[in-house]
Amino acid sequence: MASVLEQLGYQIDFPENQTCCGQPAFNSGYRDEARKVARHFIATFAGYERIVVPSGSCTSMIVHHFAELFRKEPETLERVAALEKRVWEFSTFLTEVARVEDVGARLEEVVTFHDGCHALRDLAIHDAPRKLLARVRGLELREMQPEDECCGFGGTFSVKFAELSGAMARTKLDAILQTGATTVVSLDPSCLMQIQGALSRAGKAVRTMHLAEVLASR
Amino acid sequence: MTRDHILHRIRTALGRSAGQAASADAPPVRLVIPAVDREARIVSFTERLEALGGKVQRAATREEACALVAAAIEGKTAVASNAPYLAECGITGLAGVESGITDRARLQERCAAVKVGITSADYALADTGSLVMLSSAQEARLISLLPPEHIAVVPLERMLTGLDELFTVLPRPAEHTSSMVLITGPSRTADIEQILVRGAHGPGQVLAILVG
Amino acid sequence: MSVEFDQKAHDTLADANLQLAIYTSTGRLKRGRVASVGSGVMPDYQELRTQANAIKKHAIDNLDYYLEEFERNVTARGGKVVYCKDATEVADFVLGLAKERGARLIVKSKSMTTEEVDLNERLEHHGLEPVETDLGEYILQLNHEKPYHIVLPALHKTRYDVAEIFTRRLNAPHETVIEKQTALACGVLRDKFLTADIGISGANFLVADSGAIVVIENEGNARLTTTAPKVHIVLAGIEKVIPRAGDLATFLKLLARSATGQLLSAYTSFLSGARRPGEIDGPDEFYVVLLDNGRTRLLPDKEKRQTLYCIRCGACLNACPVYRKIGGYSFPGVYSGPIGAILTPQFMGVSHEPALPFASSLCGACAEVCPVKIDIPKVLLALRTDVKKAEARDGQNRLERLAFRAFAWLMTHPRIYEMAGRMAALMAPSGEGKWISSAPPLMNLPPVRAWLSQRDLPPPPAKSFREQWRQRR
Repeated sequence: MASVLEQLGYQIDFPENQTCCGQPAFNSGYRDEARKVARHFIATFAGYERIVVPSGSCTSMIVHHFAELFRKEPETLERVAALEKRVWEFSTFLTEVARVEDVGARLEEVVTFHDGCHALRDLAIHDAPRKLLARVRGLELREMQPEDECCGFGGTFSVKFAELSGAMARTKLDAILQTGATTVVSLDPSCLMQIQGALSRAGKAVRTMHLAEVLASR
Repeated sequence: MTRDHILHRIRTALGRSAGQAASADAPPVRLVIPAVDREARIVSFTERLEALGGKVQRAATREEACALVAAAIEGKTAVASNAPYLAECGITGLAGVESGITDRARLQERCAAVKVGITSADYALADTGSLVMLSSAQEARLISLLPPEHIAVVPLERMLTGLDELFTVLPRPAEHTSSMVLITGPSRTADIEQILVRGAHGPGQVLAILVG
Repeated sequence: MSVEFDQKAHDTLADANLQLAIYTSTGRLKRGRVASVGSGVMPDYQELRTQANAIKKHAIDNLDYYLEEFERNVTARGGKVVYCKDATEVADFVLGLAKERGARLIVKSKSMTTEEVDLNERLEHHGLEPVETDLGEYILQLNHEKPYHIVLPALHKTRYDVAEIFTRRLNAPHETVIEKQTALACGVLRDKFLTADIGISGANFLVADSGAIVVIENEGNARLTTTAPKVHIVLAGIEKVIPRAGDLATFLKLLARSATGQLLSAYTSFLSGARRPGEIDGPDEFYVVLLDNGRTRLLPDKEKRQTLYCIRCGACLNACPVYRKIGGYSFPGVYSGPIGAILTPQFMGVSHEPALPFASSLCGACAEVCPVKIDIPKVLLALRTDVKKAEARDGQNRLERLAFRAFAWLMTHPRIYEMAGRMAALMAPSGEGKWISSAPPLMNLPPVRAWLSQRDLPPPPAKSFREQWRQRR
């Protein structure tokens, strides 16, 4: 992601104090702990014009749930409101802020795209990654059927309900394998971990790549 | 008393007091009547009802309508409702048709025995292929329910565009009847293995004859 | 997570036939819905959802007002409204009325609310004969089973199951053709309709300005239940009330499409009391039983109150990847799927099945398809917080609480976080980028074990991002 953005002329920084957006705690019902982590995030990323996030679920946490966490803290809420405007999921940043679709990438692969649930439903991201993939030289995109089913990761859900999560992953695998694609691309590292983990366990040669990796390919 | 107890719990939960009016934010009733001409309504109604396995026939005159009914009930027993329109069409005089029933027990007995129930309809809805039937002294409920075949003879001026127009012309059905039923195609079930079966408890065959 | 929940989910996951039945049935309904509400076919779908949500919000926020208006209008036409706080009061009322009328045979149309209060069991216990008349419910009643799905109660039954049940319980000859099974059941039930003393139905809507109920169905059994017997009793949750008859133009357009993809169900009945003078058939008496049973417990919370907007279409079940794997019986209580996951804990208290709000990947498919726009994931998250607060209060699950405190501490101490990452990378087995199938003893903690039971773990990268970043600079 860093190299793609730099190639487009952006000056980027990686604030080394960053850790997490707090979603695991929030999703598990531990709001106090989530708040602590969120505060750290807000402080770490203060002062940047834009913050680009290579994850739909993290972006969703920041722009949709931080406000909920700090409902009772008007001062922090102000900072959250300002933050929300500056946070961008990676593919959306490219298409809407950088206003590019062709970043000069080349990858000769048959690819299928997995829409992570947070990106798809919380952030309404569907077309942006596809526009970007359409301009990757040599890449053929095949859509899965069904198009919009959860991979089964769901954070701690994946270990609390492991068997169920695994069953959902295997259904996703069926859809992937039916496309004949050799690579699965997504915006979310957590989905990729779930899908690749299942592919590996099933002994399949299909690999996964984050959209940023695809776009950085030459 | 449970009533007071429950209402009290509700009010406490909502922060309201007894006798308080509703808040002013009720969204206005949304009724959007599309502009659809008569012929288009007929086409739509026919397509919809036929897609559900029902049948639609057109009659230019009441006499034609009567002939169509006669053909449809050939050799079968039938009960016809007391709708004046059916008498005007001459349908109540057809062989095999019993009408003029006003006794409840007899009505149930006959409807359970005959093959065909013949009614008119108060309205038809073009966008869904529905018949709207209000229960009255002229239209009993069981006639369109018990016999395995239902024939509805409907003058075209009663064809509305859809639900929005229905609730515009009839905003308070309860003032007119204890029962308004929207009949949309034959009775059906898919409860076993999701296999569709037409004709469960209600009529498996529905024929709408549109007159005019 | 509770042993019972895990066991039921496991059993369902392990049953290949059941998996196929659940997946294909819900898949068909899911596709039906999509085909009927697509923007080409129904351009005002989103607008209608917004309107439906606004109507429900207003009705629930003013629930007492509309219930009283409903009651006034029912009473004005000679009907009677009875408020019941729980299952016992409902049964007492029905039994009392049955006794007064000398009634014994009762026909019932499909109503999840009657399941909620175990009505059949209670009536049977007192010597009455309640008969389910919806085909799916009838089959289940013969076999003493509960509904599997809000709209498809017998989803889990094959024609061979049905043949066996009919032979065993009705002494019918063995018959596996579905049309014939249907005809057989309808024949038996017709007789019940025409001789029953009382008909009991649910209600999809209670219409306040009309004192009317709306019953939606495909078979015709609800029409018969509410027409043939002399007494009609309606059982409905208090949350079913909508302000005006005209609001049905909004709800009816959404309900059948969301449930099955039909434009309208075969029969939509708008019933406002006993038959009027001059009307030839219809019941002579009309009672509406309004049920609380935990609904008022839900009301105070403004965030979670939207749970009561539900119109029981079942679309969320068909969209839910979790329901489509673990099925209806894995859920405690009467309601399954996403709506069950938020209703049941609020009706029964979160401690009843604390796992329930967590049995979701929060994918949001349910919220996307809900015709009344209930934000189910939001309510699930709120319930998860409630569960954790209750656990903290009761001193349960200390280890997890400690783990998340440690998580928060680690995530607010970046240097230590980085060090922990390096240590984890060192401890993990190396293998030239191969994914990991089993963990070394030191790392074999429950979450790691759980993950590895289903899929592999990624190997640690050769260089962490931070290391790479620093090297570039």
